[in-house]
Parts: sequence; structure tokens; C-alpha cells
Amino acid sequence: MYKKTLLVTAVLGAMLASAAHAETLRWTRSADSLTLDPHAQNEGPTHSVNHQIFDTLIYQDMDVQYQPGLATDWYVRDDDPSIWVFEIREGVTFHEGQALTADDVVFSLDRARHEHSDMRGLLTSIAEVRAVDEYTVEVVTDGPNPLLPNNLTNLFIMSREWAEEHDVETPQNYAAGEETYAVRNANGTGPFRVQSREPDVRTVFLRNDDYWGIDRYPMEISELVFTPIESAATRVAALLSGEVDLLQETPVQDIERLGNAPGIKNEQGAENRTIFLGVDLGSAELRTADTDDNPFADRRVREAINLAIDQSTIQRAVMRGNSQPAGMIAPPFVNGYSEAMDEVTPPDLDRANELMAEAGYGDGFRVTLQCPNDRYVNDEQICQAVVSMLARIGITVDLVAQTRSVHFAELARGEYDFYMLGWGVPTMDSEYIFNYLYHTKAEDRGTWNFTGFSNERVDELTVAMGSETNEEARNAMIAEAWEIVHDEIVYIPIHHQMLTWSMRDDIDFQVQSENTPHFKYLEFMD
Amino acid sequence: MLAFLIQRVLQAIFVMFVVALIAFSLFHYVGDPVLNMLGQEATEADRAELRARLGLDQPVVVQFYNFIVNAAQFEFGISYRSARPVTDLISERLPATLELATISALFAVIMGIVLGIYTALHRDSWLSRFIMTASLIGVSLPTFLIGVLLIYLFAVELGWLPAFGRGEVVDLGWWNTGLLTRSGLASLILPAITLGLFQLTLIMRLVRAEMLEVLSTDYIKFARARGLPRRAVHLRHALKNTLIPVITIIGLQLGTIIAFAIITETVFQWPGVGALFITAVRFVDIPVMAAYLMMIALVFVVINLVVDLLYYAVDPRLRVQGGGK
Repeated sequence: MYKKTLLVTAVLGAMLASAAHAETLRWTRSADSLTLDPHAQNEGPTHSVNHQIFDTLIYQDMDVQYQPGLATDWYVRDDDPSIWVFEIREGVTFHEGQALTADDVVFSLDRARHEHSDMRGLLTSIAEVRAVDEYTVEVVTDGPNPLLPNNLTNLFIMSREWAEEHDVETPQNYAAGEETYAVRNANGTGPFRVQSREPDVRTVFLRNDDYWGIDRYPMEISELVFTPIESAATRVAALLSGEVDLLQETPVQDIERLGNAPGIKNEQGAENRTIFLGVDLGSAELRTADTDDNPFADRRVREAINLAIDQSTIQRAVMRGNSQPAGMIAPPFVNGYSEAMDEVTPPDLDRANELMAEAGYGDGFRVTLQCPNDRYVNDEQICQAVVSMLARIGITVDLVAQTRSVHFAELARGEYDFYMLGWGVPTMDSEYIFNYLYHTKAEDRGTWNFTGFSNERVDELTVAMGSETNEEARNAMIAEAWEIVHDEIVYIPIHHQMLTWSMRDDIDFQVQSENTPHFKYLEFMD
Repeated sequence: MLAFLIQRVLQAIFVMFVVALIAFSLFHYVGDPVLNMLGQEATEADRAELRARLGLDQPVVVQFYNFIVNAAQFEFGISYRSARPVTDLISERLPATLELATISALFAVIMGIVLGIYTALHRDSWLSRFIMTASLIGVSLPTFLIGVLLIYLFAVELGWLPAFGRGEVVDLGWWNTGLLTRSGLASLILPAITLGLFQLTLIMRLVRAEMLEVLSTDYIKFARARGLPRRAVHLRHALKNTLIPVITIIGLQLGTIIAFAIITETVFQWPGVGALFITAVRFVDIPVMAAYLMMIALVFVVINLVVDLLYYAVDPRLRVQGGGK
């Protein structure tokens, strides 16, 4: 009798325990992942899905701190600063049963460096990847590269055996005109395995009960259902009607409403993206202006623009409080960020008008501002606000707001005098910003610098901060470079974007600044 | 007959060619696909290399020639966005659009005819007046707004119907259908109403106007004078003659329903070809855009061809003319 009771209790207990962990989470955001092939697309929603299925050597947790993934430790080799050593986690298996070894890591990094890979831009410094033994990998770079680990947070590890079996040793080649096996099938080591996938409709993931981190993370979701919903109104309606549990990218106009809705809460945090305006300060003459010279080339005009734009008003009126006005174009958690420099210049119209007169543009001028209208949060409205703010110092701005694909194509061709751009820093280090936005435009550096800004010292510092291994010396370089560009007013910062995720109020989950949820951390409150 | 048919088919091919030409020249204004395909770390050299691999660096004439040659074999290449063959993408999603279009067309035709007859026969009742006023909404409100309002009312406030998606789908191998499951049927209701509402009001108003006209003709008055039952006069004699122009309109509107599905599908996240097209436009997915536009053009061309042939069958004068040559 006693035994029987014990048995019943044990069975009941086991049932309760498993019941507590049999939870489905229905998740939505605007766009689906483009492909399950982890190296074919360097794109946010694609990485978000792949982070559930695959692991990376190092990843950024919900606080964007670097955490050991499949690498348990990583360091520069003492005798050679150009070699990074990664110690690979032992006892990890892929969803289909293959054991993870250093060879799979070598294979994956080589695959990501293939010419058809969209990830290779992050790995250009790598000369060779080699396995030293079964659980140690060495990465040889052409010269010391202190930032290499920061570039690996979206670099997913595949199984060599699986890839060879399915003939997907290289990433998808668009020109080949064929679909490869890896586009819709995946075999990772991650916390979830793919149960079914209909692109743009629904992807169902099941918990990987053999996950190496099953005891380290909450892992409370047993079934994860991802349904992208493109229309913002429908996405919000789906959460309100209880058809989804968690909504990524809540539209700004619905934040308040969802916050007041019963059973739903908002989580907010800073996003890794700063919005700013760029000007062509390098050309002798502007294309769209009614002057025969280039007013933007004069620092006083740029200062006047900075003084005329009231970032706090944009935050209040356009963003409904959901942004953080910015004084520099680095998000707050990036190495090199300084609170003093991020201080917003208070608007001062008198001084701005004085500067315009001093520069010889007392009567103002006319210029075209180019903005996307579907890329950043309220992008077109921000530009409209800028138009009216600049009118107060005599600058007549013609606004062209168009879809992202056209905006960025024309921007890339260098056709703009005055434009809006947003920038995120995946490596969490200022070097990324200087490399792409401030370095003189060249073949492989300054590729997003459409301002014509060119400063020898900044170029020198940018190259040096890419290889300096002494942290103190490196941070001094970064600070010096920021001083120069801040003083030059190369870009006019608007704000750091904020992210809002809305969810059922019994869910315990926080916003991740990279907009990449790691669902292994999600917990349900009782 | 054969000469007429050949002439019409040649015309149809010419129309398709012109559509392809216009579509192809438009693609140069929708942006650069390569920018979307490569991440922000890509260099100009990377982009140039991908452009060359995709053949986008060739002269426009060469690109157009290749496109026409491939399109003639129903070969539209691989989607830039999802890296899958375009023909697969479209054939996977076509059932969803066709089911939605068929159901909303049925809804529009049946309800349109019934309400049209009712409002014609009971012109002065309060219900007729109400229906006529309400029908103005169907004509004047844009589709996406009707969709959002229906979602708000039936999904959010009442919680009766799903706000998005197609529900559970049964795969029949060559076709996937949502008509066999409860959730599939429930998911169909709101989008079908949204898509069909405009056609419904159009048909209803047409039936009403035709019916009123026919009811005042002499043969109806004569039939009434002969003492035939009201029901027989209205439904057998009047309705039959009303339907001729209505059928013409329905035929022409069928293509519109498929084309208009773009907006409804986007609002309801309906996994059809319309939603596929919108996503493709945003991504500058040229192969998908091209295939979709050609498909819609084909639908219209085929419908027109069938209508022409029906006229030929119905109208003896066309035959005499053809035979005389």
C-alpha cells in the first residue's frame, strides 16, 4: 500500500513536472527568415531563426554580453598574436546525432568564407582555420585581429558529415538556379530542432532535449511556433486576440494601447541602431542645391544644422517617447561610447542663424533630403520634422521619401547630397563604425561613407585600431578618432532607436538589443 | 472559325510580349536587388561579382532576350529572396489565392444576385434602403480598411474568427486546401468577405438596375396580365433576361478578383501569390515579380480570349463576316 502510494506520487510528480514544461510559445514578427542555410544571408530575421536551431562559438546573450557557446574558451596564442585559439565544447551532438568536433568548426568557418557566402565580409582577416586536435581550433589572421571573436556571434556551426551527405558543402549560389537541401533543412546543435517549415507561413520548432545546455538555461518552451505577419495592424490584432503570445517589433503607435490591454505587457530596451543624417561635404558643388558651391563643405553650416535640429522634439512628437536622443552615432553599449559626447546639443536658433550668415548663407539655400519610408521606425516623419526645423534657419529642404530598395541603391551610387541613414554595430566596437562610416571611401574601407569626409589621422587610427592588441592603447585611439569626427560634425545624430516587444503578461522575457531573441532563456511565470 | 482563333491567339501572344516589355523596363526603377542580397559589410567588388553572376551586368536587351526565351518555357529562374525556383514558389501558393478568389467570387455572385433581386422587388421597404445605403460602404471604403475593420470586430473584440493566416491546410499532393478543416474554413471567412465586398455591391446594383428595367417592359406586364404567378414572372421571365449583362461583368471581374487579392492577402497574411508579390517588390526580387506579372497578364488574356470565343459562338454576325472573307 505504502509502495503503491509512493509510486502514484512519483508518477503524478513526473506528470506535473512534464506538464509544467509542455509549453507552446507562438511568436511573430514582420519578416520571415530567408533561408535556413546559415551562411547564405547576413540578415536579422534569418539570424534570429538560425540562433534557435544552431549554435555559434560565441554568442551575445539577452544583455548582449559575450557568452561561451560551442567554444568554452578563446584566447590569443602567447607566441603569436595573429593566432586565436578556440577550445571546443565536448560532448555536443547535432540534432541528427553526429558528434561535434573541431573539424566541423573548421568546415563551417571555411564554408562561411566561401565566395558564395554572405558572411565572408566579417571574416576577411582570416588566413587559415585549422584543427589542432579533436577539440581545439586555431584561427590564423593576417596580422593581429583583437576583434575576431566579436565577428563570430552570427557564425553558425554545421556538421561536415551532414553537409557532405546532402551536397551542401558551399552556400547557395543564386546564379545556379537551383534550390539546395540546406535552404529548407537544418541540422544544428541548438536548443530547438525544426519540425516543419513553410516559408513565409509557419515554422514549428521542438525543444532539443539532448541540448548541451538543457540544465544551464530555463528551456521552458517545448514547442515554438513562428508565424511572420507583414501587416503591422494585423500583427497587433493577432496578439490582442490571443492568437500569438509574443510580438517582436511593436509599432510605435500601438505601444501605449498594448500596454493598457489586459493580459499583455511591453518590454523595452535600447536597440543596436543609431539614426542620423549625412551630408555630402566633399563635392565642390551639390547636385540638388541652388548654389554654385557646396554649403555643406563649410563646418559652420553643419554646426548650424546641428543647432537647428531639436532631437528632443523629435523624440517627443514623432517617436512618442520611444527613442533616446543622440549626440554621437554609436549606440550606448558599444566600446568607445562616451556619455559626454552623446550629450545632445541644445537647439539654439540665434546662434544657428549667426553661423549661417557668417558662412555667407544668410539668405539660406535649397537642397533635397533623401529618406527611406519603410526602413527605420517613423523614418519619413522624422525627415518631415527635420524639414520644418531647417526652414527656421533659411534652408529650404525638398523631401524625397521612398522605399528602402530605391533609397539604398541610389545612396550606394553616391547620388545624394543630404540623406538619412541608420547604423548598427554588430561587433560592439567603434572600429566597425570608423571602418564603414568615417574612413576615406576606398575599395574595402569607408564603403558606407558617402559624405566625402576624408581625414588622414582618422584613416590611420581606423587601421590601427583593427590590429592593436593592447586594450588601453586601443581605447585611446578610439577616443582620439571620436574627438576628431565629433568636432568636424561629419554626421548629424538624431537618436538611438528603442525596441519594443509585446507579450502575454505571464511571460518573463526581456528585449535583446540586437533584436535576436534567444528563446532558451524564456520563462513562464506561474 | 480557325482563322478567327489563330488571329486571337496571335493577339494574345503580342499582349503578353508587351506586358513583359513594360514589366521589364519597370524593374530598373525598383532598386538594386544586389544591395538586399548582400549584408552591409559587402564591398563594391562583392556586389559587382554577384551582379555578374546574376547576369545583371549585361545590356538590358540581352537580359530581356534571355528572359523572354526562358519565360516561353515557363522557366523564371530562382528567387533572389528565398533562393528557391520561382515556379515552385508560385505553384505552392497558387491554391491559396485561387481558393480565396473562388469563394469570394461565389459569395459576391450569390449574395449580389439575391440582394439585387430583393432590392428591385421591394424597392421601398426599409430593408432595401438599408442594404442600398450599406452597399455604399462596399464601394467607397478601400479594401485594406475593410479588412482591418473586420479583423478588429470579429477577431479582437468578438474573438470569433482568426485574424490572420490560412488555418490548418490539407495537402492533396498537387493541391493544398483549407476547405477541409474547421480552422481553414474559419480563416477563409474574413478575407473572402473583404475581397468579395466590392464585387458584391457591383453585382447587386447591376442586378437591381437591370431587374427594374426588365420589370417595366411590355412582356412582363403582359405576363402579369395573363395571371401568371408573381414568382414565375419574377424568377423565370424577368431574372433570366437580367442575367445576360451580369454574366459578362462576372467574367471580367474574375481576373480583377485574383489581381486585387494582393491587398487582402497582405492584410490577412494569406499565403497566396499576391502576398508573395508584395514581399518580392520590397526585396526587388525581380524573378518573382516578373513571373507574377506574366501570370496575371495570362489570366486576363485567357479570360478575354474565352469571352471573345463565346461572343463568336453567340453572335452569328461575327461568323458571317469571318466566312465572307
